[in-house]
Amino acid sequence: MSGSEDRSRRGPLLVLPAAAWLVVFFVLPLLLVLVISFVERGRAGGVRTPLVPTIDYYVRLFDPLYIGIFLKSVRIALLVTVVCVLTGYPLGVFIGRAPARLRSSLMMLVMIPFWTNFLVRTYAMKQLLAAEGGVNGLLLGIGLIQEPLSLIFNEFSVVLGLVYGYLPFAVLPMYASIEKFDLSLMEAASDLGANLRRAFLRIMLPLTLPGVVAAVVLVFVPVVGAFITPDIMGGGKVEMIGTLINRQFGVARNWPFGSAMSLALMLMVVVGVIYYFRAADEGARPL
Amino acid sequence: MSSPARAPSSGLALRLGKAGLAVNALGIFAFLYVPILILIVFSFNDTRTVARMTGLSLQWYARLFVNRELLAAARNSLLIAFTSTVVATVLGTLTALGMDRFRFRLRKTFDTVLYLPIVIPEIVMGISLLLFFNLAFFPVIRFMSGASLTLGLWTILIGHIAFNIPFVYVIVRARLVGFDRTLEEAARDLGADEWRTFWRVTFPLLLPGILGGALMAFTLSLDDFLVTVFTAGTASPTMPLYIYSLVRRGVTPEINALSTVLLLASMGLIVLSLAAQRRE
Repeated sequence: MSGSEDRSRRGPLLVLPAAAWLVVFFVLPLLLVLVISFVERGRAGGVRTPLVPTIDYYVRLFDPLYIGIFLKSVRIALLVTVVCVLTGYPLGVFIGRAPARLRSSLMMLVMIPFWTNFLVRTYAMKQLLAAEGGVNGLLLGIGLIQEPLSLIFNEFSVVLGLVYGYLPFAVLPMYASIEKFDLSLMEAASDLGANLRRAFLRIMLPLTLPGVVAAVVLVFVPVVGAFITPDIMGGGKVEMIGTLINRQFGVARNWPFGSAMSLALMLMVVVGVIYYFRAADEGARPL
Repeated sequence: MSSPARAPSSGLALRLGKAGLAVNALGIFAFLYVPILILIVFSFNDTRTVARMTGLSLQWYARLFVNRELLAAARNSLLIAFTSTVVATVLGTLTALGMDRFRFRLRKTFDTVLYLPIVIPEIVMGISLLLFFNLAFFPVIRFMSGASLTLGLWTILIGHIAFNIPFVYVIVRARLVGFDRTLEEAARDLGADEWRTFWRVTFPLLLPGILGGALMAFTLSLDDFLVTVFTAGTASPTMPLYIYSLVRRGVTPEINALSTVLLLASMGLIVLSLAAQRRE
């Protein structure tokens, strides 16, 4: 192995096993989704054979019902992202300002949920809000209410569950940026006459922006296509793109329509992320 | 923007800001941990309710250890997590070395392919594998050898290896960025052959990255729901599929007990990962 400009055959050989695996079990399946989205469905799942080409499923995506579900998913994902960033950023600052020996323990407290099974955490939240659950038990117990409140299976419980699930994803990158930021710069700014708000907007925010940018992507992307949380916390009453796609492969048995939806979701996410990174890049430059 | 009385007002603002930060932090930690703590407490309840404690009992834990379905799911999960971790760690590490040290055709394209599974929505990866196995892979195998295959543990395993390779690759590659190649040259100058140089110099230096990648892969595999649910078919659930079926049915202290055991297991993993990082 000599020099990084080595043009021997060894590079391709080292890469070959993983490349083969990913081409067969990742790239080909994605291409198949594309193909299937353009053919007619079979009666009991699968596709009609011989294949009958159609663009019906893409036309159907523009039905107000489905447009509405896409828009609702984006709205929920934006709301969850905003809540996670607005609460996670100050938490990052708090941990960044804590004494050095406390910092790793505090970050540990953020990491533990991150490493905990997602279903277990979603269940913990469901159990708290359920009709026979903790919050209702407490309120009934102190006599504040006579009937259990319906706190679950609505958009609020889905948003709460998603924030609960993805908040650690927002804190980690923002903390990484904040930790590198030299807090004495804020003092310097205030010595030079800037008030706290101005110092934050002009100095701290621009310098920690990469963390915020990463946090937004790490929360928005999984949330917009989420399945588990809307399914468990929504109880079939809150439809998002993820639950809609899942239904096409379950009870609705409409694989081509599910494929078209999946591609629409993927396109939205990938184009959105590229556009967003470009915008974030430009936003950071003049400052 | 009101600057005349700057010194006192900014002092007050600063103090308010600090208090605000502390309140926010306290609120978030409560938000993150109260549901988990309540979950643990009710796993020791002696009746089926999870609304109030009626007495202490270990019966829900006792039931876990005689629940055959659960034990089978746990075994499946561990088997898939372990196997997919080993395969993905070897393939991901080789790929990181190949991509870092050599230039070849299609290298840039492959780099993009390696990042895609991390970015695209997981449900898309799940349904793509379902379509692939049912509409392409199985028919082709049947056509070529006459064998009719069905979804099962092995298809789950294939999917897990596919999404784990990129994560191992990214973590090991990051470790290679700061790698001091002169150490390898020194070993070569001292007469070590390439094989020996790799095992005595390169590999030990990469080990923390490799272990970090393996741990990530293991956790992702144990946790995965969406790729698993679409590649599992009808038989043999893994732990997340089993928990999902329980949670859909309702809220019981038995799930609380199971969740508590899993929580302790993931804490164990965190301690392991910290120990691995200390070795650096």
